[in-house]
Amino acid sequence: MSRPVLELQEVAKRYMGDPPVEALRGVSLTIREGELVAIVGQSGSGKTTLVHVMGTLERPTRGVVRVAGQDVSEMSDRELSGLRAWRLGFVFQQFFLLDGLSVLENVANGLLYRAVGQAERRSLAVRALERVGLGRRLGHQPNKLSGGERQRVAIARAVVGEPAVILADEPTGNLDSASGTSIVGLLRDLNDEGRTIVIITHNHEIADSIQRNVELRDGLIVRDTAGAAVVSPPFRQGAQWGVGGE
Amino acid sequence: MNSRLTFPDLFRVGSLGLRSRRLRALLSALGVSIGIAAIVGVLGISASSQARLLAQLDALGTNLLTVAPGQALGGSQAYLPQAAPGMIRRVGPVLTVSGTGLVPNAQVFRTDKIPRVESGGISVRAADVNLLQTLGATLQHGTFLNPATAQYPAVVLGASAAQYLGISDAEYPIQVYLGGQWFTVIGILQPVALAPTLDRSALVGYPAAQRYLHFDGEYTTVYLRTDPNQVADVQAVLARTANPNHPEEVAVSRPSDVLAARVAAQGAYTSLFIGLGAVALLVGGVAIANTMLTAVLERRSEIGLRRALGATETHVGLQFLTESLLLSGMGGLAGVLLGSLATTVYALSNHWIVVVPLLAVWSGMASALLVGGVAGLYPAMRAARLTPTEALRTV
Repeated sequence: MSRPVLELQEVAKRYMGDPPVEALRGVSLTIREGELVAIVGQSGSGKTTLVHVMGTLERPTRGVVRVAGQDVSEMSDRELSGLRAWRLGFVFQQFFLLDGLSVLENVANGLLYRAVGQAERRSLAVRALERVGLGRRLGHQPNKLSGGERQRVAIARAVVGEPAVILADEPTGNLDSASGTSIVGLLRDLNDEGRTIVIITHNHEIADSIQRNVELRDGLIVRDTAGAAVVSPPFRQGAQWGVGGE
Repeated sequence: MNSRLTFPDLFRVGSLGLRSRRLRALLSALGVSIGIAAIVGVLGISASSQARLLAQLDALGTNLLTVAPGQALGGSQAYLPQAAPGMIRRVGPVLTVSGTGLVPNAQVFRTDKIPRVESGGISVRAADVNLLQTLGATLQHGTFLNPATAQYPAVVLGASAAQYLGISDAEYPIQVYLGGQWFTVIGILQPVALAPTLDRSALVGYPAAQRYLHFDGEYTTVYLRTDPNQVADVQAVLARTANPNHPEEVAVSRPSDVLAARVAAQGAYTSLFIGLGAVALLVGGVAIANTMLTAVLERRSEIGLRRALGATETHVGLQFLTESLLLSGMGGLAGVLLGSLATTVYALSNHWIVVVPLLAVWSGMASALLVGGVAGLYPAMRAARLTPTEALRTV
């Protein structure tokens, strides 16, 4: 069995306020190297909090989080940031590409906080962009691209540093269905190449096309299909990333 | 596996906000540029003016002394003995001596049709023919009095006097109506820095004044040059030499002292204008703080993204501090250039030496960066303290 890259044990997250909100109420989950996992659930079920805790963007109120075998609870801000820079890749619903930087520079930014030289950053970024089918868009400004292309740029930025896990928070949420299909296809292909990917989605079609589903409800895991085979044809067929038509 | 940001990358990251919002950057740096330009300009112009005065002092020499009658014991106007110039000439270190005498009741007009009240404050003075040499004065036009012309109704006008009378050159014989007689203008003086009273004077020869204007020949000012190393010694004995009977009635002065005092006096104006520049700089700092605070609010998602990419709190804080420093640094640089340009234009248009003190340049840049650092500190701290999830939640 492959090594675990993300481990959560009895993780709870409570947001102080009036009244306090229990976003996660004891979540235990292990994600292993090379897995493709969909985390599903309705709005307010705690999906985003879960991905933030997994991505060390937020500390849990209680419980243990291990990323690539390292317990993050005692880590300083500097160490956590290092972990994000080297071990974790993020894809967001809103893409978060920086205007004023070219597509290439946006992707190269994925390596910025590793103190990699600029030339090396750029050459790795070119490779990542070619990998997601945007090798001809290197000098473009992000605002000149379609939504699907922008998300591809964001995915290239997440994979450029070969992180242990890629966390994609509603990656198709801002896209039309064709682009969404293509993006999921791309993520699936990246998974086929051995990358560990966690996709947060409330889209059942996408979730159904992914083998392992973890369903959250009110801050608890109510279903985990680890080991079950769930393959939905439409997304398999649409997995022709790198092809235009978005 | 630590998160690290190299210095060149910090610079790139810090300049991103400026590159993507150019107009805003330009406008918020403007306040600082105006402040720094004012400070550099004031320091530059005052340094240039001082350099000019010092150069003028050098050229004119500090060895000119003047002897004039002061006040008599009873408060009445004293007079210099007729023999004063001759006696002064016999003092060892004295090099040259020339005198002028105010011709009382003589006035000069452009024509004989002008009412007597419109004299324009021009005084008529009898002058020794070597006056020019003693004063180091020069002529704009024509010639000075010589032993021949000093005998006849010929006049040399001071610079302001010529301007008042509307005479711009002495190429063609022009006559002025002086003391009820027609005198021919033979020359016009350049402004005389060490004897400004001559600028508003019409100078005639001693013999002519006596012959045509009923002048009694009394000297009212004696100018003398001494050995530059013995100015103080000569100054000490001048009163007794000029009027042995009443040395207390003699006023001795050194005109270059006035110029030297003017050099010192300029500091007072300078500090006033620097104060105004500092106020502009402060306003510029507030503008930068405002811009940076807005930037932190607007770019929350960028902050969130950077935190997700591995930036530490310190990296985010430094990014915004760098941006603020770049903004103020650019403003400062523009201000220094603008201030230097203003100095150059002003100094050249006044025919001064252009001096932009290095101290003004460095202190201008340093104060711009200081303002930027202080203005950027709070926004940078705000940005650094933003938690990644707070920052990402904004869109």
